Amino acid sequence: MYTTDQYEGMLAETVAMRGANGDRVLAYCARPLGAGPFPGMVLIHHMPGWDEWYREATRKFAHHGYVAISPNLYERSGHGAPEDVAAAVRADGGVPDDQAVVDLEAAMHYLRALPYVNGKIGVFGTCSGGRHAVLVASRVAGFDAVVDCWGGGVVMPADQLTPRRPVAPIDYTAGLDCPVLGLFGAEDHSPTTDEVALHEEALKEHGKEYEFHMYEDAGHGFFYYHRPNYRQAQAVDGWEKIWTFLGRNLAA
Amino acid sequence: MCTMIVQKVPLEGFGKGAGGWFDMDQANVSWDHPFHAPEEHALNIDFVNDAYGPGARVAVELSVEGARQLVETIQSVLGEAEERGLI
Repeated sequence: MYTTDQYEGMLAETVAMRGANGDRVLAYCARPLGAGPFPGMVLIHHMPGWDEWYREATRKFAHHGYVAISPNLYERSGHGAPEDVAAAVRADGGVPDDQAVVDLEAAMHYLRALPYVNGKIGVFGTCSGGRHAVLVASRVAGFDAVVDCWGGGVVMPADQLTPRRPVAPIDYTAGLDCPVLGLFGAEDHSPTTDEVALHEEALKEHGKEYEFHMYEDAGHGFFYYHRPNYRQAQAVDGWEKIWTFLGRNLAA
Repeated sequence: MCTMIVQKVPLEGFGKGAGGWFDMDQANVSWDHPFHAPEEHALNIDFVNDAYGPGARVAVELSVEGARQLVETIQSVLGEAEERGLI
C-alpha cells in the first residue's frame, strides 16, 4: 500500500527485443525506480492494438511495484496509428499463435535477465490478450501466474480453427504450470458464460490452481473507462483481485 | 479478430484518408470489435491499399441495420443507373 510520505519514481520507455524469427519487436516497459527486486509482468495488448490504454496499464503495474513489459504483437503489420495497425491485423484474422507465443516468451526472458527482477514473472492480457496469456503460459515454461481478462477464443469449435490459430488454447491446459485468475463479464459474447464454464471444467479436470470471477451486469472489456462497456464497481473489484492474486503468487 | 469473422474483397476506387486521397485496392469487411462505435461488435469496413502502409485506410463502423440498408441502397443505385443506360 502506498502512503503519502513514500518516495515513488518510475521509468517508462519504449525498448526493443528480439521476437519470433529474430524479428525486432518494440515493447513498452515501465518499472519502479530502485534496486528492487521487483516481480515482473508481461502485459499482452488487446485486439484494438498496442494502444494508449496498454501504456497506461503498463505504468499502472509499475505503480503497484512490478517491472512491466508490453510487447507490440502487431509489429510485423507495420507502424502507424494503433487503430490502423490493428485494423490490418483484424483483416488478417489476427497474428499467428506460434509467433505470439515466441514474442511473449521473449518478453518473459527479457524480464528475467534484468538485475532488478525477483525471478517471478506473471502474464496479464485482456480480450485477445487474455487468450494469448492462457496460451503462452500453457505452452511455455517460466510463468508464475496468469491473469486472463475476458479472453475470447480460449474455447474454439473445430470450425473456427485456422492456420493462424490451429489449436484451441484450452487443449493445452495439461501444460499449464501456474495459477490462473480469470475475470469475466456475464453479458460477454466472447467468451460466453458457457465457454468460461468449459474452461473451468478443463482446469479442474487437470488439477490446476485457478480462481474465476464472473461479474454480473458486465460484458466485454469492463475495465476500459473510454468505452461504454466500462463498469466502475466491477472494474475496481477486478483490479483489487488482480493485486491480491499477484501479490500472493509473485512475491519473492 | 476476436470473432474472426472477416472477408477481404478486391476493388478499384479512391478513398480519402487521413493523408488525403489515395487509390484503394481492397475492402476488408468484418464483424468484430469497432474502434469508435459504442458497441461490442460492429460491421466494419476498411478501404485500404496495403502498399501504402496501415495508415492508408478509410474506415466505417456500421450498425447491422445501417449496413443492410447500405447494401440495399448501393444495389438500388447501381440498378437505376443500369436501367438508364449509364453503366
